[in-house]
Amino acid sequence: MSDVAERVKKIVVEHLGVDEAKVTEQASFIDDLGADSLDTVELVMAFEEEFGCEIPDDAAEKILTVKDAISFINENAG
Amino acid sequence: MMFDLTGKRALVTGASGAIGAAIAQTLAERGAQVALSGTRREALEAVAARIGAAAHVCPTNLADPQAVEALVPAAQAAMGGLDILVNNAGLTRDNLALRLKDEDWQTVLDVNLTAAFRLSRAALKGMMKARFGRIISITSIVGVTGNPGQANYAASKAGMIGLTKSLAAEVASRGVTVNCIAPGFIESPMTAALPEAQQDKLTQGIPMGRMGTPDDIAAAALYLASPEAAYVTGQTLHVNGGMAMI
Repeated sequence: MSDVAERVKKIVVEHLGVDEAKVTEQASFIDDLGADSLDTVELVMAFEEEFGCEIPDDAAEKILTVKDAISFINENAG
Repeated sequence: MMFDLTGKRALVTGASGAIGAAIAQTLAERGAQVALSGTRREALEAVAARIGAAAHVCPTNLADPQAVEALVPAAQAAMGGLDILVNNAGLTRDNLALRLKDEDWQTVLDVNLTAAFRLSRAALKGMMKARFGRIISITSIVGVTGNPGQANYAASKAGMIGLTKSLAAEVASRGVTVNCIAPGFIESPMTAALPEAQQDKLTQGIPMGRMGTPDDIAAAALYLASPEAAYVTGQTLHVNGGMAMI
């Protein structure tokens, strides 16, 4: 579980180029981390690759925060 | 060397046609691998034979949505990735609007516009990740000027221009450029079939005094595909001997 959280946060830090301390579970990609809509699409692509899962478009639209991503992956990957 | 495509991988649709074959050959001459898509396998293999080892044949019917979805993955598998997509395939089903059948409207939109969108969408994923990509769509002067008897074709070509501008705005920040080339009258089996008197009349309307050649279009495609064109996006490059200055 914490492993998934660490890997998700690492991707977010690398992709958005933000300070690790800002990537809390409650952080919203767009509102708190400065992502634009294209960044969120790319983050979903990066999660799919890292965790070998497919994130359908309707689910992807609901992934707004770091926690959303961790929860989706915990429930659907591995 | 300018316009060097060494190591780049390109997919050209409609590659057995005069313009598509010229584009594929030109990109290959500058070092790119090229995947050739078209409906006629034998004609594609003839083009591939002229190009040599850099060519890969990928027969596809762009009117079939499943075949369209399979094309980009097939090209990526053959070449190890995809850096340049040339949406060149197109067909005409000319008729006056009052006589134009729904089916002929739909077929032209499906092949000329919808397939271009689907292929672009499929290609963009890898291009965005690579922070490099070139999408070049071959539209037409009639997409800008209109043409009697070509409501379907002109609509599909105008649609390509709007598609290109929107995609260009979406992915510019990722190093991917999206542009159109709008040929005027180009020497091809299609224009050769016109009566000589009509060909003469067409030529009179062209300040350059001649029809264009497939190589004229290929040179424009090479430029837009090249690293040197990195700052050009969302544009339509008119290659028409001056017959319309827009």
